[in-house]
Amino acid sequence: MTSAEERGRDLAERARSGDRRGLARLLTEIENRTRVSEAALRVLYPMAGQAHLVGVTGAPGAGKSTLVAALVRAVRATDRAAAVLAIDPSSPISGGAILGDRVRMQEHAGDRQVFIRSMASRGHSGGLAAAAADASAALDAAGFPFVFLETVGAGQSEVEVASIADTTVVVEAPEMGDEVQAIKAGLLEVADLVVVTKGDRPGAQRTAAQMRAMLSIGAADHGAADAGPDMSAVEHHAAAGSDVSAVEHHAAAGSDVSAVEHHAAAGSDVSAVEHHAPAVGPDTPDTAPATHAMSRGRRRPKRPQVLLVTAPTGEGIAELVEALDRRLAARTSGALESARLARAAAQLDGILTERLRSRLHDPRLGIEVDHLVRAVAGHELDPYEAADRVMERVAPAR
Amino acid sequence: MSERPIKVLIAKPGLDGHDRGAKVLARGLRDEGFEVVYTGLRQTPEMIASAALQEDVDVVGLSILSGAHMTLLPRVCRALRDEGLTDVLVTAGGIIPDDDIPALHEAGIDRVFGPGTTIGEVAEYLRSHARSRGDA
Ligand SMILES: Nc1nc2c(ncn2[C@@H]2O[C@H](COP(=O)(O)OP(=O)(O)O)[C@@H](O)[C@H]2O)c(=O)[nH]1
Ligand SMILES: [Mg+2]
Repeated sequence: MTSAEERGRDLAERARSGDRRGLARLLTEIENRTRVSEAALRVLYPMAGQAHLVGVTGAPGAGKSTLVAALVRAVRATDRAAAVLAIDPSSPISGGAILGDRVRMQEHAGDRQVFIRSMASRGHSGGLAAAAADASAALDAAGFPFVFLETVGAGQSEVEVASIADTTVVVEAPEMGDEVQAIKAGLLEVADLVVVTKGDRPGAQRTAAQMRAMLSIGAADHGAADAGPDMSAVEHHAAAGSDVSAVEHHAAAGSDVSAVEHHAAAGSDVSAVEHHAPAVGPDTPDTAPATHAMSRGRRRPKRPQVLLVTAPTGEGIAELVEALDRRLAARTSGALESARLARAAAQLDGILTERLRSRLHDPRLGIEVDHLVRAVAGHELDPYEAADRVMERVAPAR
Repeated sequence: MSERPIKVLIAKPGLDGHDRGAKVLARGLRDEGFEVVYTGLRQTPEMIASAALQEDVDVVGLSILSGAHMTLLPRVCRALRDEGLTDVLVTAGGIIPDDDIPALHEAGIDRVFGPGTTIGEVAEYLRSHARSRGDA
């Protein structure tokens, strides 16, 4: 038992001092949710909190890994180190996984100031967010000022993971038929920034315009529902590229826009679009209390900035890094506050769940889980009574 | 999860431009329950070693068709040792004549899989020889 603690402290020390192998070993312990990782995190957590944790999520093939590689390139150009945590889904059948994100990041393979780690999502549902948060904290404490967290925006748990970041970047590729699906998946709801990738492809600007229009409508809905101060969102102008008609905007959004006054200016000058979003202001100042973060998740900017990039050539990447840096700079004014509260809440929640589960199966407590499950299945016991009996053993109310 | 998946890096050293075989192996091992990191084509020994280190893999599987195995594979083994990765299982597959195998063992390749090897055989070998995770 003490040896796990000693090993944890040792790995923490090694990770802190720049020993990459120690860091890699520590990340394995974190993935495995071991006592060693817990001991290490107890040492490292107070030292973390310096890095900008950037979540990058979107559909498979949207260009996330290519984007992350370009972001790392831009960050390295300013002489800052960068870490990448790329999470791919495990097969629910075999438990195995293919972790292929490194393929797009080969240009950074020889760089000691870049650390790339792939992680399989494995079975642990809520635990994935906890593992990702721990891994990010370890990379943060190891001194990386940027930690990029790539996840496939498919399942609920992946979206959850993306939203533990300080800044969540939702990636959309042109002409994947994803514009509406993104809304369905709730992806755009977690976006602090939206990046339309593959700017060199036909239809990229059209997709960016559609994203802007959709997000504007979303903002209007929020404004009305929350009766927030930003009523300007109710009446807005969505500028669009020359190939987009106002009708398409309505169709793409698929929601009732009659409640708001919606002007889609089908201008032909796309550069006007580029300047539109930043002028709105990418962030909503936020002073949500922790309890708010716990109960409702974090608040998002009402109108996330939409950026168009071509990652392989680097076009648009400088603007994206600037937007990221702006968000971090606003940290002192509280812009990242709600994101960090939400992360802390998710961490606590995940760890409590893990602890409860492990207690459930602790033989010393003698909880006959199988017996209870059978009784509930046979309707001899209601599930609430069963839960109460477990709780009485695990954490008796005083 | 009681049994943690074994983590394998599949890498293609050298300049040949075919990775179909490596991809088939990666998918096959995924279906056998392994976590497979795939890094793509044209890997230098140093790139392979640094990926193995960062990913903390249990196994490095090298796929080589270029005929340059006698120079490249020992260099990969050396690069792994230089990074301190002495407890990683190293295997190789591709077109490697039997006569070359003893020298490759000598250089640090733990096992050479011939052209007819099935995924099941590879999986079985890895399960019984890869370091168990979490210790060491
Ligand atoms: N034309 C073009 N293709 C891109 C761009 N970015 C990524 N791709 C391609 O899109 C595919 C998926 O990219 P990847 O980064 O692996 O997507 P991920 O699955 O979201 O991580 C790859 O074939 C990339 O080469 C881009 O800006 N332009
Ligand atoms: Mg990817």
